[in-house]
Amino acid sequence: MRILPFIISALVTTGLIIVLNLQFPVGGNKTPRLGYFLSPQIGFWQNAESVNTNYNDDIKLTGLESKVEVYIDDRLVPHIYADQENDAYYVQGYLHAKFRLWQMEFQTHLAGGRVSEIFGKERLYVDRFFRRLGMVYGAENTQEYVEKNNPEMKSSIEAYAKGVNAYISSLKPEQIPFEYKLLDYQPEAWSAKKTYLFQMFMSYDLTGRGASTDLQMTNAKNYFGYQDFNQLFSNIKDSLDPIIPKGTVYAKPSINPIMPKDVDSAYLNNNATNTSATAPFIPNKNNGSNNWAVAGSKTKSGRPILCNDPHLGLNMPSLWYELQITTPTHSTYGASFPGSPAVIIGFNDSIAWGVTNAGRDVLDYYDMKFKDSTKQEYWYNGAWKKATTRKEVIKVKDSADQVEDIAMTVFGPVMYDNTYKNSSTEGKYLALRWTAHEASKGLLPFYLLNRAHNYDDYLVAISNWYNTGQNFVFASKTGDIAIKQQAAFVARWNRQGDFIMPGTDSSYAWQGMIPTEENPMIKNPVRGFVSSANQESTDSSYPYYLGAGSNFPIYRGIIINRMLTAMNGITPTDMQLLQMNNYNVFAEMARPVLLKYLSKASLNAEEKKYVDILANWNLSADINEKGATVFNTIWDSTEAAIYKDEFAAAKLNLGWPDDPILLESLLRDSAYTFIDNISTINKKETIDDILLEGFKKAVSKLSALEKENKLEWGKFKDTKVVHWLKIPALSRMHLPIGGGRHIINATTEDHGPSWRMIVHLTDEIEAYCVYPGGQNGNPGSKYYDTFINSWANGKYYQILFLKKEDAPNNKKVKWLMTFTQA
Amino acid sequence: MKFFTSIFLTALLAYGFGLFTTLPWWAFAITSFVVALSIHQTPFKSFLSGFLGLFLLWVVLATIIDMNNEHILATKVAQILPLGGSYIAVIGLTGLLGGLVSGFASLAASYSRKAY
Repeated sequence: MRILPFIISALVTTGLIIVLNLQFPVGGNKTPRLGYFLSPQIGFWQNAESVNTNYNDDIKLTGLESKVEVYIDDRLVPHIYADQENDAYYVQGYLHAKFRLWQMEFQTHLAGGRVSEIFGKERLYVDRFFRRLGMVYGAENTQEYVEKNNPEMKSSIEAYAKGVNAYISSLKPEQIPFEYKLLDYQPEAWSAKKTYLFQMFMSYDLTGRGASTDLQMTNAKNYFGYQDFNQLFSNIKDSLDPIIPKGTVYAKPSINPIMPKDVDSAYLNNNATNTSATAPFIPNKNNGSNNWAVAGSKTKSGRPILCNDPHLGLNMPSLWYELQITTPTHSTYGASFPGSPAVIIGFNDSIAWGVTNAGRDVLDYYDMKFKDSTKQEYWYNGAWKKATTRKEVIKVKDSADQVEDIAMTVFGPVMYDNTYKNSSTEGKYLALRWTAHEASKGLLPFYLLNRAHNYDDYLVAISNWYNTGQNFVFASKTGDIAIKQQAAFVARWNRQGDFIMPGTDSSYAWQGMIPTEENPMIKNPVRGFVSSANQESTDSSYPYYLGAGSNFPIYRGIIINRMLTAMNGITPTDMQLLQMNNYNVFAEMARPVLLKYLSKASLNAEEKKYVDILANWNLSADINEKGATVFNTIWDSTEAAIYKDEFAAAKLNLGWPDDPILLESLLRDSAYTFIDNISTINKKETIDDILLEGFKKAVSKLSALEKENKLEWGKFKDTKVVHWLKIPALSRMHLPIGGGRHIINATTEDHGPSWRMIVHLTDEIEAYCVYPGGQNGNPGSKYYDTFINSWANGKYYQILFLKKEDAPNNKKVKWLMTFTQA
Repeated sequence: MKFFTSIFLTALLAYGFGLFTTLPWWAFAITSFVVALSIHQTPFKSFLSGFLGLFLLWVVLATIIDMNNEHILATKVAQILPLGGSYIAVIGLTGLLGGLVSGFASLAASYSRKAY
């Protein structure tokens, strides 16, 4: 009788299979299905690529018009040679998918409010936020417009999608990227719509802060009152060095936005709109960038040099994928976005271009009055107006669908309402107007820049850029340099849109868009360079309101302009050193203020030691500088000592005032209103008291850091490049790199130069680049993090900008992929 | 001889099914069962040959992949699972899990034979 042992062993077998085939929740995440994940024939082992992988391939596909050759160099950068424009984008799509499929889909799932399909209801809050923000709505509007009006863009995006899908359908189950196996889901087909969603993802990253900061600023204004608010969040910065040099004369504006008559009572001093709502991820405040171009008059060669380093979240796989695209119409090299065709930042054989974020306000909230909670009708210009409803259905893994019924108004979607709220938005209906919602020409400006030959082409190309303000820097082989701030910018009256605006009539509506000819720009200035670093683009003589000052960090602009003014006979190496420059000009201005007060105080030996470190610091945020850590700790502590009392008492989500506001207030007036600690009732603190209090707190932090051996700036800052899933094993931690906030090398803990590029516009273009990542997004590839050490050390790669006939014989070319019609 | 034939066939069939079919990862439980059903051994030997067949197959496959990969991915997986960052532990766990499922399937087959 062996029935019982048989049943037991059969049950054990089945039980083991079931258990090994399940995902278990661990700390908010889920384990992979272990049996599947560890199976060497289908699980993660299949993603462990041989370090000697041979990328040569002869690929037969349907949908190509003619043969495409791709030479791949030793850094795994593809050089695509196609006879047809669309074939080039087809192959770009294929290569993006081959090396970056998981990230492309993940980013567009995020933008499209679909991550609950992967993670289940724990992440529903993320999807609800993005759906209600109108991410899908915006993508659809632009897609519809482009498909109707820009046939070449439409066909490029479709060819790209076909290429992505050609790769996806070639995948065997065991070949899907590692992250799918880890999270246990499958790739789906790509579509043109995802390219538009990706653009919304970037629009959110670059301009979506307003969706949170407008609410915080409204709270701060309501809590402090407009007058005090205006001191805390002043728009005046004495030390500003704008993108367009001071003193430039601007033409008379063609639009004169009229401030509503009731602006004082109904807007600035109306405190009825507090809200504690904020986004699940607020785009990083430091999302910014540097770009500049120096004219031949300042370079050793007599030819312009253009430089760009966009500062974004440091993620793996990188947001960027490097490549060269050559067709009969153009040969272009640079950084592309996996998810989009064409090159986004780069150069061709005639010109180079780069971008920084303009920081202009393109997103506003309106406080709507609905007849009742069914949101059918809202009060507008003295009558009830019908709202339409947009349905957003969110699919949730292992749960029922979540449906968002979003009321649509003249301003845009009602983001916060009676179904999407928290205690302090109760009864509020906040509609959102955001330029990213509106139909635009999408990627057309980049498509045209890829093919631009000269300054005029550049101007035409960027005039098509609508959604998110960018500073487009330009240089050409013929010697022109230029920079222009471009987007459709709202012609605003002073402070329009900094806070939630009344939405019951049209008086607070946008009154027009500034014509592109009136956007700030400069070409071939006498000073021999143009630059931008997210500061205000103009001084106050520009006739339009730029938006709240807190959107514009000013210190990188000051130091870049100071350095470039002083430099002559510039070489690409000088430019590399400038991009890696760690000098802190903010500290240069702030340190004397701190030392002035601290020198008067009576301090003990340990306290004196830190004052000495601060006083003797060379103002450079290099990895071994203790002074940088001491300065930052003391400054942050001082800021907290001054503001924390007022801000904590508010019990509301308030933004924190910016560094220049406090510094300049202290420089101007030591009796700054907020110095007094409001929690000490019988005492009025002086600046000496507060600085000493802040300093003492800083000293206890510093001595703790010193005990942990973390006083050196590099150890203290502890930079990392983090995988999108925040898994340390898939990230690169503890990178030895200096720099930081207010510094040209803007590398903070997890944010910084995401692509560094230098283009010397000599006859044969000489260009250098590096980015914190690697060309292959597979964590199992040796090319996953190839460039990270170079990036941290400030080393650049000389770019191989190859003519087709030279490609086969170039020593750095390692592989050849050919694509032919099946 | 039966013992080694069992190990070999268990491994071979599991490998073949993995290579030529798109069945789920646990398809080898069926092939291991069939092997143990066809080759009559004591329950203990059936379990051991079933276990070793898959253990060896998966350890060898994983090791070859891992060496060609210079341990890049296994080291990362060993931090995620977590196995202290040891690629050897990941290879061992891979073999152990495959071996256990296969071993118990073979054991069940062995008992089922005796049941008739």
